[in-house]
Amino acid sequence: MIHSLFIINPSGDVFLEKHWRSVIPRSVCDYYLEAQRASPNDVPPVLAAPHHYLISIQRGGVALVAVSKQEVAPLFVIEFLHRVVDTFQDYFSDCTETIIKENYVVVYELLDEMLDNGFPLATESNILKELIKPPNILRTIANTVTGKSNVSSILPSGQLSNVPWRRSGVKYANNEAYFDVIEEVDAIIDKSGATVSAEIQGYIDCCIKLSGMPDLTLTFVNPRLFDDVSFHPCVRFKRWESERILSFIPPDGNFRLMSYHIGSQSVVAIPIYVRHNLTLRNNGDQGRLDLTVGPKQTMGRTLENVALEICMPKCVLNCSLTANQGKYSYDPVSKVLLWDIGRIELPKLPNIRGSVSVASGADTSGANPSINVHFTIPQLAVSGLRVSRLDMYGAKYKPFKGVKYVTKAGKFHVRM
Amino acid sequence: MTDSKYFTTTKKGEIFELKSELNSDKKEKKKEAVKKVIASMTVGKDVSALFPDVVNCMQTDNLELKKLVYLYLMNYAKSQPDMAIMAVNTFVKDCEDSNPLIRALAVRTMGCIRVDKITEYLCEPLRKCLKDEDPYVRKTAAVCVAKLYDISPSMVEDQGFLDQLKDLLSDSNPMVVANAVAALSEINEASVSGHPLVEMNAPTINKLLTALNECTEWGQVFILDALSNYSPRDAREAHSVCERITPRLAHANAAVVLSAVKVLMKLMEMLSDETELVGTLSRKLAPPLVTLLSAEPEVQYVALRNINLVVQKRPDILKHEMKVFFVKYNDPIYVKLEKLDIMIRLASQANIAQVLGELKEYATEVDVDFVRKAVRAIGRCAIKVEPSAERCVSTLLELIQTKVNYVVQEAIVVIKDIFRKYPNKYESIISTLCENLDTLDEPEARASMVWIVGEYAERIDNADELLDSFLEGFHDENAQVQLQLLTAVVKLFLKRPADTQELVQHVLSLATQDSDNPDLRDRGFIYWRLLSTDPAAAKEVVLADKPLISEETDLLEPTLLDELICHISSLASVYHKPPTAFVEGRGAGVRKSLPARGTVSEDTQPQLQTVIPNQESLIGDLLSMDIGGPPAPAAPAAPASNLDLLAGGLDVLLGGPEPAATATTATGSATGLLGDIFGAVPPASYVPPKQCWLPADKGKGLEIWGTFTRQNGQMRMEMTFTNKAMQAMSGFAIQLNKNSFGVFPGGALAVGALAPGAAADAPLALAAAGPVQRMDPLNNLQVAVKNNIDVFYFACLIPAHILFTEDGQLDKRVFLTTWKEIPAANEVQHTISNVLGTADSIAQKMTLNNIFTIAKRNVEGQDMLYQSLKLTNNIWVLLELKLQPGNPEATLSLKSRTVEVATCIFQAYEAIIKS
Repeated sequence: MIHSLFIINPSGDVFLEKHWRSVIPRSVCDYYLEAQRASPNDVPPVLAAPHHYLISIQRGGVALVAVSKQEVAPLFVIEFLHRVVDTFQDYFSDCTETIIKENYVVVYELLDEMLDNGFPLATESNILKELIKPPNILRTIANTVTGKSNVSSILPSGQLSNVPWRRSGVKYANNEAYFDVIEEVDAIIDKSGATVSAEIQGYIDCCIKLSGMPDLTLTFVNPRLFDDVSFHPCVRFKRWESERILSFIPPDGNFRLMSYHIGSQSVVAIPIYVRHNLTLRNNGDQGRLDLTVGPKQTMGRTLENVALEICMPKCVLNCSLTANQGKYSYDPVSKVLLWDIGRIELPKLPNIRGSVSVASGADTSGANPSINVHFTIPQLAVSGLRVSRLDMYGAKYKPFKGVKYVTKAGKFHVRM
Repeated sequence: MTDSKYFTTTKKGEIFELKSELNSDKKEKKKEAVKKVIASMTVGKDVSALFPDVVNCMQTDNLELKKLVYLYLMNYAKSQPDMAIMAVNTFVKDCEDSNPLIRALAVRTMGCIRVDKITEYLCEPLRKCLKDEDPYVRKTAAVCVAKLYDISPSMVEDQGFLDQLKDLLSDSNPMVVANAVAALSEINEASVSGHPLVEMNAPTINKLLTALNECTEWGQVFILDALSNYSPRDAREAHSVCERITPRLAHANAAVVLSAVKVLMKLMEMLSDETELVGTLSRKLAPPLVTLLSAEPEVQYVALRNINLVVQKRPDILKHEMKVFFVKYNDPIYVKLEKLDIMIRLASQANIAQVLGELKEYATEVDVDFVRKAVRAIGRCAIKVEPSAERCVSTLLELIQTKVNYVVQEAIVVIKDIFRKYPNKYESIISTLCENLDTLDEPEARASMVWIVGEYAERIDNADELLDSFLEGFHDENAQVQLQLLTAVVKLFLKRPADTQELVQHVLSLATQDSDNPDLRDRGFIYWRLLSTDPAAAKEVVLADKPLISEETDLLEPTLLDELICHISSLASVYHKPPTAFVEGRGAGVRKSLPARGTVSEDTQPQLQTVIPNQESLIGDLLSMDIGGPPAPAAPAAPASNLDLLAGGLDVLLGGPEPAATATTATGSATGLLGDIFGAVPPASYVPPKQCWLPADKGKGLEIWGTFTRQNGQMRMEMTFTNKAMQAMSGFAIQLNKNSFGVFPGGALAVGALAPGAAADAPLALAAAGPVQRMDPLNNLQVAVKNNIDVFYFACLIPAHILFTEDGQLDKRVFLTTWKEIPAANEVQHTISNVLGTADSIAQKMTLNNIFTIAKRNVEGQDMLYQSLKLTNNIWVLLELKLQPGNPEATLSLKSRTVEVATCIFQAYEAIIKS
């Protein structure tokens, strides 16, 4: 189980420590810092020190290092640490060093509420929020005046109910239920434009503001599409297995209802193509770069927020390019070329071309960069997934319902 | 208004300021002050001086203030135990509060205060809380039992908390069940005896499965982990457990998914492969594993390490999912390397084209480590997927053309392996390889290249020139390159004797005369002798056919793999090591094993209570141990006829020592030889007097007396065999049963035939890395001796001191911190009477037996010796010996994470001190 937690800033200072069992000296973090010095961006998530194990995650510029003295399931710790950061973000809207320092006491109270003796106690945001009220200016002032505190003195109702994710007595004037179907396309495209691998990582995120204890059923037009699904605990798995519908009592507010994976069995449509030509040795120390981007299999929708990111070979000193659309920048230190294109309006195809200066005498063989592609396509789920209907039981009012689809690039790489 | 304001200080000093604020009459001011104290504590500042003032704030109706004070108490109570007592009353009162939140908070906090005196007061409130009407309190109390066990295991057992905890397994509330399971698992793991304190049975399992569907995600992890320790009675039960667990694979929490995978992988072992369910499960396992790879990189890493195990155990599950393991260029390096490893494991003829295409792509990436591993992977594919070898070789050649230095070197290393796997097939590429000779600067690549030149000397026209060019800098080369050079030149000479005589003489003299590396000299002398005596035989030896290298070089050993499958999702699965190997204090812990198909072993650990074992149980064990002969020695590469030649020839070179002495490899005679050489026996470690292990009337005339010794790091059983029968005895062999320290014979028993009335000394070298099984007493060793008459069994006790290793000396600082870190519960004391000698003479005596004295102090007229030792199974033991001049009684305190070893160490210590 988790014995202690240390939060470390990028310069290597431990700025928060919390022990759930006996105190472990913070010098144990040296093993983490040592690994960090060796490879700043790639610290292995599990490290072994002589008497302890260090399991860490990095998020929002800080590193959370959990220390355990015994055998422990690393994924359990990693999931928990991510949950800690999620909770901080939920409470303070961000999880940075400054914000944590500004809210030390609440952070400490939260950590104590989330874990007891290394066992998770309450990690559902609705329960935590009932126990410890998130800070806001109004409440702080009110508390100062009335002498009340942020800490609730009654046991949250949801803590032990069989729907721990939902608090009771929710009331809204406007009852609404919104569903966002988000699909991320992960793909590797090789030099010739052929697809090496492609898969879709999909999520259904909800914003549900419904009074009482509504029981919802979400039906898909084509539920057999999914290769793998994972659900929020509220989804009744039995009904999914037998009827392929999502039946659930939703948590209040924003949450991820389901995530799914499509790719191993079905062919994934690739919505964008990049024609590229990079020659590093042309005449003297000048090379040439020519890139054209265009839509492909977009089902008639427009590509938006298109941006290309290329990590150029080390020998490239600078680029001087002209784009017929969007802006570009080149950072000679990190060697990253960024071309922010925006919307692609047909028939004009965005193009960027020009010369790149190469360090003289540098070895240019074997350097083949990869293009990292970003895009969004509104109103399209590239897998073809469609929600057919949403039914509500257990409440008398008629809610507003809405479904929005969006497709984005996930890890979308084009090899040059 | 942020909490950073709590850090502003004034000139008077922070502590002083806080003290006065804490004692203020105003509630609000008090609370702010406590907040300031907590803020200082979170950043690691020492605010323990404020203890009494903070504790004074504890009696309050304000829950936030109470919580803050409790937070403070948990951190500092240990440093101020007497003060902490002040808080007890409030705790006890709070445990009776009408608000369940306060009752739970009180019992939770009390458990966190690790002060013995407080613990005493905890029992009553805890007992009540375990039966509280509110499930929130019960679930908190369940965890508290685990806390208490950590502080005082005996108290938990004596007060009956374990039974109460077991009762909670049938609680109506799933959250309470989950926490009870978690607490029990932790107690089982920490259990001093290494045996689980609570056994799972079918009804309990049923309750757990019911709770599984309703409890929180973390509770699901606890329950699944507990389920993984349970072995169903038959395939039918396994079947039903599988079906009830499968839905967990669709959970959003990766930890739940992986724990479910663990249980399913284990239970699948019990189902026969033909059943439909195994097929269905295999299909169902793949998608969630794939999904884990789209999570955060940390999750991916742990998932990949576990997938590596799954793929080795059941390659079918993921055989169609090759593509998800393709590396993205911005994956962290630790993810990239793991993906690569799995790609090779999944490579087959069906997907090899794709895999090679990818590997080639990776070989041009930026990260050097990754590129090297990719090149190596191409070589492994060539060896694994035979029909693709040609393709792999041409891919490697293309990579060599890039002339990127480390790519070329890595490629040459793997091409050497390919040559060994497919001899006489790809030699056409040698010329390409030779072109790159000059660029090689890493020893492994140079050695590989030299090996290739030597192996194919007859096809390389200028092999002599090439090798000659290496010889110029012979002494600057790495040892492995030197050895390869020597062998290569000899090969060349045997193949083309006409024009390379000079070269071979040059290299032999370099190796034998100018080098001080013993390996190199020995090999040089042997070649020299071979060549000068019988070149034909030399050819047979040096140019003999080499055994083919195996297909998969880095598979885990099957028993280890099975053990690791039982530990999927744990740290062990990330390190690919059994938990016993790296979790401290678990040296004698229970090893998990996969259940047998169809049947289940009723008891994984045969109970052998008595020193003299029950014959049947032993025979069963020993029968499977191949008593017939000693472990087969590694087969020599050379034909047997050459042995003579080697031995006979060397004497000329070496100036004529006993041929037999050089030829023998039996470790048995090594000490005798050393003794001769040094003329005198060095001060020896303590050897207990020989005891009669097997009396003649039980051994059908064979009498065995024996003892154990340790000399120069070598453990040994010194036995004397006496034949008191009327007939000659022969064909002696010995086997040791599995034992607590994994001691097993390191060689064969060197006893020939024994005439009636004759006696013979039978030394037996011992090694300590064999299979482990806990014995009672811990140092019990069961032995079977066979001769032409019968098999005899007896048991003896290994004196612990022969298990003390030579590297048991701890650094002073390490000793100190380790001593502090080991909980007081792990300290055992022992009084030794009739101690003779001074502290110094004792220290000296102990050092000879590998008990190292770290420090010596004189405290109030008492001599204190601080000593450390390490057992062969890497258990560290720290000792403190208290001597009073003039008093023949000495007190020995022992601390170790594995405190079970205490008894036998005390026995050994006492024996040594009195020797």
